[in-house]
Amino acid sequence: MSKVIKVGMADLNICKAPDVITTLGLGSCIGLVFYDPVTKVGGMVHYMLPDSTKVRNNSNIAKFADTGINELLRRVVAAGANKRRLVAKIAGGAKMFEVSGLSEVGNIGARNAEAAKAILKQLGIRLVAEETGLNYGRTVELHCETGEFHIKSVGKPLKII
Amino acid sequence: MGNMTLEDVNSMYLDVLKEIGNIGAGNATSAIAGMLGIKVDMNVPNVRLMEVSQLGMAVGAEDETIVGIFLEVENDIEGSMMFLLDIPSAWYLVNKLMMTDRGPETPFGEMELSALKEIGNIIAGSYLSALSSLTKLVILPSVPYIAVDMAASILSVPAIQFGQFGDNALLIQTEICADVAINGYFILMPEQESYEKILSALGISV
Repeated sequence: MSKVIKVGMADLNICKAPDVITTLGLGSCIGLVFYDPVTKVGGMVHYMLPDSTKVRNNSNIAKFADTGINELLRRVVAAGANKRRLVAKIAGGAKMFEVSGLSEVGNIGARNAEAAKAILKQLGIRLVAEETGLNYGRTVELHCETGEFHIKSVGKPLKII
Repeated sequence: MGNMTLEDVNSMYLDVLKEIGNIGAGNATSAIAGMLGIKVDMNVPNVRLMEVSQLGMAVGAEDETIVGIFLEVENDIEGSMMFLLDIPSAWYLVNKLMMTDRGPETPFGEMELSALKEIGNIIAGSYLSALSSLTKLVILPSVPYIAVDMAASILSVPAIQFGQFGDNALLIQTEICADVAINGYFILMPEQESYEKILSALGISV
């Protein structure tokens, strides 16, 4: 029997086949998963902000893209994933409210998605799929048996990337 | 100064916010009563600080669909505020306003969404005017924006706002009583400097 591991907001965890790791209702946050298709080890971080160095109160490392993605990498490698085989997928980064102008609320989702790309590039890990932006929330699941990343949204069909 | 975070906010400040909420609720009640033509009571049973990471679960299940109405505020106080309603409550208010009788399973159309924006606008505006008159600060709300989506997705917006300067968020729960009880939540998100302004305008030192 496979079990489902739940990741909260500003949280991260690892997962091995046949288990599934999920986070509910991503809005402007990003859900980033790593997956090693050979050992079938994966993990997910649900971060809220792009950069820990811009914030004074930054003790929760899973809250930020930079510290969260690096910690997730450390954890999946420790659990048996090979860094060279790792692939990444991301979802979220929505603009939940059609706020006009260039306010923080309006562009934080896009900035969160950009942060993931920049950090993955630095780490040399391939981003193989993404489903980001637009104006709706997403519940995501990484199925460690297959590496499939399932995305569910209100009033939309299931999307698998 | 300049380093104050929500963690430092004391219980006296929470009591003051609760009182502002009560006065705001009073204002909103008259406004809604006028608009809907029904007698309503509204009170603020609960003001609490909660961890940002728990905010997604504050109003029910994380993947439950809810209505969120968002406004930016500016002038003496910079920041934003949000008003949240569950779907049955939202339909109840829309039906009262539009004199329709439609069910909670139906998606909201353009007309219903703009009715909800207006309701959110009135409720949020009443709260802000209470805050404004007590603090003598000028607080101007923007037009309202609306989203109908999973609770955690909508709440990611205030969570991120609060998350930039601390690990706690301030949630004000409201109850509107008409023929049925309606549960709504306010989330007030002043930017960091604005907290100090609110506190000192209220004569509180932390």
